[in-house]
Amino acid sequence: MYLVSLAWRSLRARLTISLLTIASIALSVALLIGIEHLRVGVRESFAGTIKGTDLIVGARGGTTQVLLSTVFGMATPSGSISWDTYERWKAHPAVAWTIPYSLGDSHRGFRVIGTTAEFFERYRFRDQTVTFASGRAPTTDREVAIGYEVAQRLRYTLGAEIVLAHGVAEVSFAEHEVHPFTVVGIIARTATPIDRALYVTLEGLTEMHAAENERGGGLMMGPPAQHTHDEPPITAFLLGTKNRFETLQLQREMNEDRSEPLTAIIPGVALAQLWDVVGNAEQALRLVSLFTLLVGLLGMCVALYASLESRRREMAVLRAIGAGPRSIVALLVSESALLALSGAIAGVVLVYAGLALAAGPVEARYGFALTMTGLGSTEWIFLALVVLAGTLVGLVPAWKAYRSSLADGLSVKV
Amino acid sequence: MTEPAVALHEVRFAYRGSANVLDIPALHIARGERLFLHGPSGSGKTTLLGLIAGVLAPTSGRVQVLGTDLGALGSAQRDRFRAAHIGYVFQMFNLIPYLSVRENITLPVRLSSARRERLAGTDADREAARLAAGLEIDGLLDAPTAALSVGQQQRVAVARALMGAPELIVCDEPTSALDSDRRERFLELLFDSVQNAGSTLVFVSHDLALATRFGRTVALTQVNRSSSVVAA
Repeated sequence: MYLVSLAWRSLRARLTISLLTIASIALSVALLIGIEHLRVGVRESFAGTIKGTDLIVGARGGTTQVLLSTVFGMATPSGSISWDTYERWKAHPAVAWTIPYSLGDSHRGFRVIGTTAEFFERYRFRDQTVTFASGRAPTTDREVAIGYEVAQRLRYTLGAEIVLAHGVAEVSFAEHEVHPFTVVGIIARTATPIDRALYVTLEGLTEMHAAENERGGGLMMGPPAQHTHDEPPITAFLLGTKNRFETLQLQREMNEDRSEPLTAIIPGVALAQLWDVVGNAEQALRLVSLFTLLVGLLGMCVALYASLESRRREMAVLRAIGAGPRSIVALLVSESALLALSGAIAGVVLVYAGLALAAGPVEARYGFALTMTGLGSTEWIFLALVVLAGTLVGLVPAWKAYRSSLADGLSVKV
Repeated sequence: MTEPAVALHEVRFAYRGSANVLDIPALHIARGERLFLHGPSGSGKTTLLGLIAGVLAPTSGRVQVLGTDLGALGSAQRDRFRAAHIGYVFQMFNLIPYLSVRENITLPVRLSSARRERLAGTDADREAARLAAGLEIDGLLDAPTAALSVGQQQRVAVARALMGAPELIVCDEPTSALDSDRRERFLELLFDSVQNAGSTLVFVSHDLALATRFGRTVALTQVNRSSSVVAA
């Protein structure tokens, strides 16, 4: 249609103001799409923190507490689980494997997790298993494998000797000096909380606490509670079922078991619940970016509206040539639609350029992968709405031009 | 070819809420005529041209152009009629600033398919070049309009009005921004081009000195009964 090409020429003639308008729309579109992309990235990375585990079982407590303490290394465990109980569930016919977790110690602010070789075989995040950047898994009660970030921050290499502390505070008054550990493995980066944890064997923890007690250290308190020297204390365990359809049944069985009160959670469900809480922030972000877009579109409206006064001659000329008032409206609406479309396209380009530039630093710093995936359906809908809204906004100056071209006719009283 | 190019019958026009600007019992312009319509500024010349071009509708009375009663057409139909049959030249600022000279000249046939059909065989660019040569602006076809002098702009406007040889050419004070030498040359070129196209010319001006070159002169103050009211 010739009017669209006229609109294009008209915009090019006012290049500076057109580019500024496009830039403001592009920035707000980039913000909107970028936040949407980031949101999906964060959510996927969040949901990928733990995979393949059917149930996480802790002492009776809140779902969020069990999830935060076992998977995210935050909050304190809800209590401890006796070894007998653990053994009993491990032997349950529906259970294929288990990973015991014993929490309660730390090293310079990083959590220490006592576990077994099962952890390095079974634990999955984003469908990957835990691998080593260097070294291997701990096998004796004097060995420790450390997360990537721990190694980076504390500059530990293989062979370093470290001492654990009781409790999880950065500054601890109770250090287990009598039982030091040697770093035998550095876990490859996972971009999950694993990077910020240290892994020792259950025997390691038992021996360390035993050595402490034998020395008469009276600073032991709280979990992990100890029963005997041979039974390592645990605070939680992860399990996989033989048949995933049995998960719900098993969860109910565990939650209702009266011998020792437990809380069994399904990681996917618990993560989704937690995300609902965290997700409120993303709604706020989205709202802010929507307002930014509104401001961008209003800016376009103002720019077009302000240009009309100086374009009344142009409108009169078009009218004289035979353009009806409707063509004048179509011209202005085409201009705003072209601006919005250009802004939307430039915004998408900006987002991908930004993603390409930021992916490295963001992953290094915040530990989640920004993927260069195509536009999702939500994003396409956003873009369509931007162009639609831009076109509709164009009706405002178009209406003004329509009115004045009717009033002016062929004469313009400037 | 029996009906006149323009026929006004008992035409009255008032802008909303004010007194009549025009009250014309009768005005006939024959086909092929070169009419000089004279009137002081503020006498309603542009309003009359707006009625003839169908941009304005009379408050009462009948405006016929080329045998078509404009009052019988809706506003969109009048726009189409104007696009097909009338070429219009303003006093100044005739050109769309963001289009080249060639694009300005070919604009009517791009906007109106009826006008395009009047090209009768040639394509728009060739016709634009032919008209430009006749008006001695063929060297400027690719120039941006901002580079043109006022006289050159007015010639471009004439070329555009003549694009597709419409039956009626309406000029609203086209020479008032030109100095006298250029005015003479402009009129010669205008007459030649209009004659070649076989169009009727309605030329409005307050400058009576130009009247001698036209076939007939009409004073708007004589045909318009409301003129005394407006002139006051």
